[in-house]
Amino acid sequence: MKKIISLLLLLLLAFSALSLTSCHGRHALDPFTLPERFDTEKPIEITFWAKNDTNISQVNVYKKAIEDFSAIYPNITVNMKLYTDYGKIYNDVITNIATDTTPNVCITYPDHIATYMLGENIVVPLGDIMNDEKYGLGGSEVKFDAVTRDEIVPSFLNECIVNEDYYALPFMRSTEACYINKDFVNSLGYDTIPEVITWDFIFEVSEKAVSLGKKTVKNEKGEDVEVFVANEQEVLLPFIYKSTDNMMIQMLKQKGADYSNENGDILIFNEETEDILFSIAEKVDKKAFSTFKISGYPANFLNSGQCIFAIDSTAGATWMGSEAPLIDIPEERLLSFETVVRPVPQFDTENPQMISQGPSMCIFNKADNQEVLASWLFMQFLLTDGVQISYSQTEGYVPVTTRAQSSDVYRDYLSRSGEDNDLYYNVKLEATNLLLDNIDNTFVTPVFSNSASLRNAAGQMIEEVTKNRRRNKTVDEKFMDNLYREMNSLYKLNIVRTGYQDDLGKLPSGAVTLIIILCAVWCATVTYFVWLYLKKRKQCKTKP
Amino acid sequence: MKKIVSVLLLLVLALSCTLVSCEKEEDINAKSEGVLTYAQYCDAALDSDVVIEGYVQGKQIYNTQYGNTSLYIQDGDGAYFVYRLACTQAEYDKIKVGGKVKISGTKSEWGGEVEIVDATCEVLTGEYIAKATDATAAFGNKDNLIKYQNQLVALKGLKVVASTKKDDTTEYAFLYNWDGSGEKGSDLYFNVSDGTTTYQFCVETDLCGKDTDVYKAVEALKVGATIDLEGFLFWYEGNPNPHVTKVTAK
Repeated sequence: MKKIISLLLLLLLAFSALSLTSCHGRHALDPFTLPERFDTEKPIEITFWAKNDTNISQVNVYKKAIEDFSAIYPNITVNMKLYTDYGKIYNDVITNIATDTTPNVCITYPDHIATYMLGENIVVPLGDIMNDEKYGLGGSEVKFDAVTRDEIVPSFLNECIVNEDYYALPFMRSTEACYINKDFVNSLGYDTIPEVITWDFIFEVSEKAVSLGKKTVKNEKGEDVEVFVANEQEVLLPFIYKSTDNMMIQMLKQKGADYSNENGDILIFNEETEDILFSIAEKVDKKAFSTFKISGYPANFLNSGQCIFAIDSTAGATWMGSEAPLIDIPEERLLSFETVVRPVPQFDTENPQMISQGPSMCIFNKADNQEVLASWLFMQFLLTDGVQISYSQTEGYVPVTTRAQSSDVYRDYLSRSGEDNDLYYNVKLEATNLLLDNIDNTFVTPVFSNSASLRNAAGQMIEEVTKNRRRNKTVDEKFMDNLYREMNSLYKLNIVRTGYQDDLGKLPSGAVTLIIILCAVWCATVTYFVWLYLKKRKQCKTKP
Repeated sequence: MKKIVSVLLLLVLALSCTLVSCEKEEDINAKSEGVLTYAQYCDAALDSDVVIEGYVQGKQIYNTQYGNTSLYIQDGDGAYFVYRLACTQAEYDKIKVGGKVKISGTKSEWGGEVEIVDATCEVLTGEYIAKATDATAAFGNKDNLIKYQNQLVALKGLKVVASTKKDDTTEYAFLYNWDGSGEKGSDLYFNVSDGTTTYQFCVETDLCGKDTDVYKAVEALKVGATIDLEGFLFWYEGNPNPHVTKVTAK
């Protein structure tokens, strides 16, 4: 009888131990291993979270890519979910990691991937897969003319290295450009705009525009209104920056100042940063500078003659200029002027440096390795010429493969700048050429688990300084100290994140009950064995 | 004794009735000390600190990613839009539609929309649900229409005008996203006209999601349909861009 009870208790113990280790939280997936062959008969469904710039042409390219891919692999169904915001994708992925419902393929930034990777085997490392003879990049068993590894622009591919392995492939690349109302600059007495402009030039022209002051004129209703002399409008924001995180990052890089390093050390809170912020505060005082977050879309101010210099992504070129194919303001506010495109302003024109940005793609691990392989095949398909060239033409993007860049179709496209104000819109093509001519001058920032937060903090500091000076609040050393402290705390920059424990939330009541029962069983078991031991010992002692 | 008790009870009854009738109807324009009236708010310069009190008429979803929400607030004189009010989920839950709040922040303008940013919120006692103000007569004149900015307005007897997508000649009654690049669940955009003037209206999903009646009603619209609408008169880049809360097809 005792033996039976002991056996039962041991079984219960083993069961409870197993339950405790496997019930709660997401079950960690095994690392992905490439199957010997892809099963072309088995129906496979994959989800693709695609980002577009609220641009239907881009959506149409994705749809066509899915259609063409499905014709080659009829057993693979690709379900697309559309996003217009990288932040939303990031948030949704984080939420879905906890519930094991990540997409299969996802457009994202390497900074974000670094955070996804805090979970075990969540994102599939691509280093080995891309070199596989059969299913790797341009592999023998891939059923379409896939690009080889050598055909991906090396610097773009290297941007996808996270923790010493490739966790993404580049999809499109862009940089930032300065879109300039040339007529406005000329009217201020500057006959030429340098090929590479400096920060000093931008601020000098901007300050000059504001310094002309205001005058009173009658409006359409015969009322007196104050307008700026420079543009005869009530609004003048000479210089607007869309992404202030990029502004700070590029200024620091151009100055050779610290931002972060490959070890994930946060180095941004330094004197150079402070100098930059004080200098921005001074420009805000002179009404020479504002930001997208504070005032609105740079393109809208540029196109209505209220802005001279608008800095935005080359992937925003189709909105820039009075002949732009995409316009976001009422027709009556649109002003006719010549738009010129220049690289972002520099501190050292001999050594220009600009950020490399744009969407990358990653694949998420799943229990079924055939499903992951299907995802990988689809991701490769997005690098084929048809997709790369069509998508790049929707904005000032550059294809990430040398094969697409050197193709006759793409060269022909680049040569036809200005033929129309749609596909061949000159501002868009100038923005594209800007990146093609400066690929060697681009850089990216180190990627680590907190790099996305650091980027946010970089931009937020410029926003805070700008806001505070617009509101006539003091920006001094004390302000900077507080700002650094706030940024550190807001973006948790001095906290090393090691996992998702914080995000799991409270245990469900069922789980709590189960744990209590299991603890009780453990206690009962231990008590029983102690009791048996003591009893046996007593018996031994009492025996002669 | 019975008579005395009856008289006493009657007296208590009469007194309580008097007390009820004496209770003042809430003055929706009453402001605490240091709080701006709507007129003072309108006169306040952009980028200046403002404190207003009003009644929440609409609140957008709680943004868990950034920890904020946006509010449509109104008093008897006008309306206010509070953009991305930083709050916790618990604070958000305490903000009720109809409830009175005190907002301290900075008056700002973004793309033509006057709003309060970097705000804090204090929940007060009081309740008022505004009736939609009929602004149909002002529809054709932007200068008049802007006087209703951010208010819950009613616009009646307007027509749905076709929307189109790039490289697509099909006429749509509405689009998912402004250019049709979205899908179910995205914001809805549709054109509405009084025969002379046409504006783009929006079902902002952060205010009325895909499962709401208004979202479904817009999805069911036909080009040329005559409709009555209600919504908050949001403004974008020089044009009204109402955030619609109710649509009735006639």
